[in-house]
Amino acid sequence: MAEIVLRNITRRYGELTALEKLDLTVPDGAFVVLLGPTGAGKTTTLRIVSGLEAPDLGEVFIGGQPMNGLPPAQRNVAMVFQQYSLYPHLTVRDNLSFPLKSPLSQTPRHAIAEKVVRVAETLQIAHKLDNKATELSGGEMQRVSIGRALVRNPSVYLMDEPLSSLDAKLRADLRIELKSIQADSGATLLYVTHDQTEAMTMASHIGVLDHGRLVQFGPPREIYADPVSLYAASRLGQPRINILPADLFGPAPSGAKFIGLRPEQICQGKGQDSLVARVERLGDQTRLHLKFRDHDIVTITDAHTALHAGDIVPIQPDAPFFFAADGARIRA
Amino acid sequence: MSYSVSDPSRRTKWIAGIAVTLYAVITILPLLWIIATGFKSPADSIAYPPKIFFEPTLEGYVNLFTTRTRVNPEEMAALPEAQTWYEQIVRDQGQIIAGPSRYGERFLNSVIIGFGSTFLCMILGTAAAYAFSRFRVPLKEDLLFFILSTRMMPPIAVAIPIFLMFRNLGLNDTHLGMILLYTAVNLSLSVWLLKGFIDEIPIEYEEAALIDGYTRFQAFIKVVLPQAATGIASTAIFCLIFAWNEYAFAVLLTSGTAQTAPPFIPTIIGVGGKDWPAVAAGASIFLIPVMVFTILLRKHLLRGITFGAVRK
Repeated sequence: MAEIVLRNITRRYGELTALEKLDLTVPDGAFVVLLGPTGAGKTTTLRIVSGLEAPDLGEVFIGGQPMNGLPPAQRNVAMVFQQYSLYPHLTVRDNLSFPLKSPLSQTPRHAIAEKVVRVAETLQIAHKLDNKATELSGGEMQRVSIGRALVRNPSVYLMDEPLSSLDAKLRADLRIELKSIQADSGATLLYVTHDQTEAMTMASHIGVLDHGRLVQFGPPREIYADPVSLYAASRLGQPRINILPADLFGPAPSGAKFIGLRPEQICQGKGQDSLVARVERLGDQTRLHLKFRDHDIVTITDAHTALHAGDIVPIQPDAPFFFAADGARIRA
Repeated sequence: MSYSVSDPSRRTKWIAGIAVTLYAVITILPLLWIIATGFKSPADSIAYPPKIFFEPTLEGYVNLFTTRTRVNPEEMAALPEAQTWYEQIVRDQGQIIAGPSRYGERFLNSVIIGFGSTFLCMILGTAAAYAFSRFRVPLKEDLLFFILSTRMMPPIAVAIPIFLMFRNLGLNDTHLGMILLYTAVNLSLSVWLLKGFIDEIPIEYEEAALIDGYTRFQAFIKVVLPQAATGIASTAIFCLIFAWNEYAFAVLLTSGTAQTAPPFIPTIIGVGGKDWPAVAAGASIFLIPVMVFTILLRKHLLRGITFGAVRK
């Protein structure tokens, strides 16, 4: 295993800038999740690390070795794609042994068979080894494609939204599986997603990307509790952080344009009155849609709350975030 | 691959069934007629009204593969007993076998040139189609249009320049010349068809192979080719059918060593009267390779023709 260092990476597609002077270090053994909406440069970052694409500027190091100019095969990385991940003309067994049979791998035949079976057992697909790849369900396919990355001993694993095409339950199962595989093997993993649950639950570090720039990097909890900008704050949290005019509840720090309130930063029961517009009961929690001086606020409350639409709830901020007009955080 | 279509009504099915059956009968009838004629005697073959039931004979096939000379009855009587069944058939016509005909050679030429050009066309076509599909080729659209434009007039329109070119290059009446010519004519079709097939193969498969430790060429062989098999097979059938049946260039550019079967078959008519059964026999045998090739690949062909027509 090895660390990945990206230094000053810039990549443009014509007029469009996918990555702008990106600096990123993925520590050895870390599970780094790149988070951002479509077009933030997440996938481009992975492709540049893998060698499928070359940066216009900047350098890539894996395990201290410069990678620029090396083809993907010689970088010793494994990658799991979002879809089309299995070779449809091969069986599961052949799919899993494909990387081991490459001219670079030079794995002896009996070792290949052994590794394939071991990985198949880890991922609980051993009984499907002789099926054609196209005969599997979506979840099995994605397991096999993760397996194809696991049979090797790459320096790093790269995963491009590997769970996004699966249904919710499978996604939850595989999330736990992936995390435990990574924890057991101590692998370095760079993972791309726009699913904040995946980011929060699996990552040791999250990198928040905005239009090709890395805006914040750190442990998930830190990014949640101490976002550097309005953008970073809106990436995490369910329901989303409420963004309101800074002076809505009273005086704000100078320069502040917005106040950001996560549900736990809204103290209910005292302060100024708001109107309950809708009550959404999710079972384990209840969401309150509030109207406060013509602004919509979403927060959560006790699962068994007696509140109804039309009721009045007093609210007040509790240690809120303030942001400047350009979205930067203003610290009190 | 799931898509929903409403089931056609009974009436639609009936009409479709009748239309398809009619079409099949119309297209297959001449074929059956040729095959039947091959087993008729010369008299039966030109009988009027045409005979549907007749006594089959191999005379046509024997005549196809032999050259014969007529002998008068006294000489015939002086000959020893016929050694083989085909010798007997020839003698029954008042002739003796003078030697083998050139049909075998011509047929072999057709096989060499037809399959040779198809093979070459598939190699070049797949490589070009892959490049057009995957790489940033300068002037890609113009080049593709140029390739297509070579088929906008009938190839025979450029027969004279090609004839002169071939004469100067010493390619007249050679296997190589005919293979190159048919390859050139077929290439535009194969590049366009194959590009469509390769476009449909997601690039992610190759990228996965690149990361799995393969070079681009290895990825092409191991990942792209197997998935393009359907397209390659159906394109190969179209190319083979053209090269196999081509007549005009074969007449113009071949005469001796490299002559293919199509220009040879009509020459059978001239040998000792109108020997229609021999012509029909020649045509029947000529059908076999393409038929076998098509039957072997028919699974691919069907999928190939409907390829892209159904959105998954």
